Amino acid sequence: MKYGVVVFPGSNCDRDAQYALAEDMGKEVIMLWHKDKDLGMFTTDDCIILPGGFSYGDYLRCGAIARFSPMMQSVIEFANKGGKVLGVCNGFQILCESGLLPGVLLNNAHQQFVCNNVFIKTNNGEPLKIPIAHGDGRFFAEDHILDELEANNQVIFKYCDALGNIGTAFNPNGAVRNIAGIKNKNGNVFGMMPHPERATSAALSNTDGKKVFDILGLN
Amino acid sequence: MEITAKTAQELRLTAEEFELIKQKLGRTPNFTELCAFSGMWSEHCSYKNSIRWLKTLPRSGGRMLVEAGEENAGLMDIGNGFGVVFKIESHNHPSAIEPFQGAATGVGGIQRDIFTMGARPIASLNSLRFGNIKDKKTQRLLSGVVKGIGHYGNCFGVPTVGGEVYFEEGYHTNPLVNAMSVGIVQAGKTVSATAEGIGNPVFFVGSATGKDGIGGASFASANITAESTEELPAVQVGDPFQEKKLLEACLEVIETGAVVGMQDMGAAGIICSTAEMSAKGKSGMHIDLDKVPTRQKNMKAWELLLSESQERMLIVVEKGKEAAVLKVFEKWDLPCSEIGHVTGDGLLKFYMHGELEAEIPAYELVLGGGAPQYTREYAAPDYLDNIAAFSQDSIEDIADTAALKAVAEQVIQIPNIASKKWITVQYDSTVGAANASTNAPSDAAIVLAKGTGKALAVTTDCNSRYVYANPHKGAMIAVAEAARNIVCSGGEPIGVTNCLNFGNPYNPGVYYQFVQAVNGMGEACRKFNTPVTGGNVSFYNQNPEGAVYPTPTIGMVGILDDFGTRTTLDYKETGDVILLIGEQQNDIASSEYLHKIKGVEFSPAPHFELDEEFAVQKFVTSIIKEQLIKSAHDISEGGLIVTLIEKGFHRGLGFDVAADAGIRLDAYWLGEAQSRVVVTATKEQAEAIKHKGASNHIPVTVLGTVTSGGVTVNGEGWGAISEWKDKYDNAIGNLLKASAGEIIEMGADMEPMELN
Repeated sequence: MKYGVVVFPGSNCDRDAQYALAEDMGKEVIMLWHKDKDLGMFTTDDCIILPGGFSYGDYLRCGAIARFSPMMQSVIEFANKGGKVLGVCNGFQILCESGLLPGVLLNNAHQQFVCNNVFIKTNNGEPLKIPIAHGDGRFFAEDHILDELEANNQVIFKYCDALGNIGTAFNPNGAVRNIAGIKNKNGNVFGMMPHPERATSAALSNTDGKKVFDILGLN
Repeated sequence: MEITAKTAQELRLTAEEFELIKQKLGRTPNFTELCAFSGMWSEHCSYKNSIRWLKTLPRSGGRMLVEAGEENAGLMDIGNGFGVVFKIESHNHPSAIEPFQGAATGVGGIQRDIFTMGARPIASLNSLRFGNIKDKKTQRLLSGVVKGIGHYGNCFGVPTVGGEVYFEEGYHTNPLVNAMSVGIVQAGKTVSATAEGIGNPVFFVGSATGKDGIGGASFASANITAESTEELPAVQVGDPFQEKKLLEACLEVIETGAVVGMQDMGAAGIICSTAEMSAKGKSGMHIDLDKVPTRQKNMKAWELLLSESQERMLIVVEKGKEAAVLKVFEKWDLPCSEIGHVTGDGLLKFYMHGELEAEIPAYELVLGGGAPQYTREYAAPDYLDNIAAFSQDSIEDIADTAALKAVAEQVIQIPNIASKKWITVQYDSTVGAANASTNAPSDAAIVLAKGTGKALAVTTDCNSRYVYANPHKGAMIAVAEAARNIVCSGGEPIGVTNCLNFGNPYNPGVYYQFVQAVNGMGEACRKFNTPVTGGNVSFYNQNPEGAVYPTPTIGMVGILDDFGTRTTLDYKETGDVILLIGEQQNDIASSEYLHKIKGVEFSPAPHFELDEEFAVQKFVTSIIKEQLIKSAHDISEGGLIVTLIEKGFHRGLGFDVAADAGIRLDAYWLGEAQSRVVVTATKEQAEAIKHKGASNHIPVTVLGTVTSGGVTVNGEGWGAISEWKDKYDNAIGNLLKASAGEIIEMGADMEPMELN
């Protein structure tokens, strides 16, 4: 699997994603400039990463401008053809803004930026320690959408404690139903607030991020 | 308009300085020219009252690649063809008036100093001082400053990996906001802040220029008074998104090979960057101010020269290579205009609407050139008599271990000691995926310098109460503690950047503190072979009630050639032996215990001997290299008991220690005598350490063992480490929450808003 990392003006996790994939996980990575459009070097077996950061300065609304960039038009087309797309943090916000994923990311409930280690888990999986760093990470959608997400197994990660107990006490931003990440109905577009690319190195004493890529079938 | 000494005084220049300017120009300056001198000869830009003393600091040697003061920031060799660029700077005055923007632009400014040299910033630190945390004004400042630092740093995308926060009454009106940045550059890719090559075009890049921050440099060179809030326009407004683009574009433009010199526009904006680059290149510049992009109409020449609008760079480009440069800035959607060219006559000539608005020899404006240098009168301030009069015997000792427990519970909740988590979670500390301390804490933050094969250990330190008590010794302690933090983390200290925060230099007592502190700092830096690569002086941290504690903040960088030497601070395993390296002293002077619990304002600096400190640090380095220890944490604020408790937090492990003090109980457990480190080791390692200590004349004391979570002191159970952690973690949040309740109450009494 080949990876493309989109660089928007204001992206600041693009190089981290590149380093994690190329250096820590030995993958082929191609950096993609937001003004370009060509995704011809990728097949639907490959994965496009929308990295974290503050694309376009978070002006207007997080991710609201990035969705209109030329490269995003190609990414939307790529996703609709079944290509794999992972949005992390600001990338998740862009996916919601562009309609590839349902819901929105609101300002954290406590109105403050928060950077911390959190634990997240899939329905039946083990708890994974992954860093978060965001001001607008409170996932929200209407109940019927949430019900559908849960019914279709589209909620990929929920916030939990070190033992795997899911609950609001371990939810860092007030996300509805403790949701940390979701995927689309087809299962090829993924969005999550925590940063797996910041946890792929023994030197950082945390390699749980690699397991995230495994779980999502992106390794 | 007639220009007189009175005009000069209104621009914060003295009558003597006005005469000096007339002499240097051979005529009376016009208003624009006088403004240029006002900015450039301000304390902030000229270091006129400090430079003579700063020159006594060790400014070369070691791994230094450029001499101190030569460039925007210090540059040191880390091997493998890479250098580290670092600097600390204050943004105290703007933060006192407008905490959010003041702190934000402080972070932005220091980052520009790093990448203007061609380095990519990889770590930020800060040193913050506020008044009493229970005070409403302090809470407003704290919340604004923290939000401001987060706003800028988080978006810019450099992790905030370390720092310090202190709360002392003396900072009530004058908070201190010192920001440090550390970057990495490949040898041969550095850029100098110079203007060379007659005819080379001068480009202006980045944000348009507005009226914000006009007079910021001279504003930072005055006391804060009730009228200071009227100077609001002197505070700049930051745009971290613009700066992120500027960073990437500047690093990319260096790759084109077209850049002759580059300097960011910080204090005193265009006049400072044009003057310093020209003076360094022994050249001049012809500048068309009409070509500077502005965000306000009808700006005057002097406003354009002095504006401190943020996110701007001045770049001298090799003639003929303009297209390559323009292409990069176009890619990043950054405005870039050619505003003039380099000349050979050493004159700065600024034109507007075809008229010559100002003509000044660049050399006369700058530090090291025509800017005046003074040494002020100084005399030991009176309060030092109160400090000398302190007698430890007048303080009743703690009665027994049970009483000690009660005091220890108070001490770990003193805001200066308690967890700063409420603050630090608001900073992105993990972006860059290089902060090795997130999951493995150590005394200094360990940051991977990716691609270089090295890691850095970085820290900021200064206990200003020690400096207040004894400026010479206190400054030595600041250097020693920074070095100790790096050593305890397994690093080798290599260099220092300093941020010297003092009161009004025209006050002989304040100037005495300054001179003594610089002397002490120099002595310690020579001992540790850590030259001072640069930094910043912030005077006038003073208000009608007095000056702040003298605060010579030390930013220190260390290197880990081998990541294997990285040493963390936490207990590792039940049954490990806890050892104290260094000597216990019968000394409670200037401790948090004495100051905060006993309420004693005046006492001497704690025990400190430079040679003893150096020997302890060398010993710790050697036992780390020989892999004899599993953790190391130095003793600082709160004394031995706080160090023992803090070591338990990360893994939830406790300790069982006992001691026949032989000295005052409070001194043994809560004293802040320097040159002490607590380490843990296996039983075999512990024997080896004791043996090695004896042969090196370093005191080594076995204190006890690591437990699975229980805390026991002198045989008495002190509960679980988790209970101590709760108190430590929540102390600051609880203090702020308690006050937030009051704010809501206040809101309930407010008049409802009128709706139209």
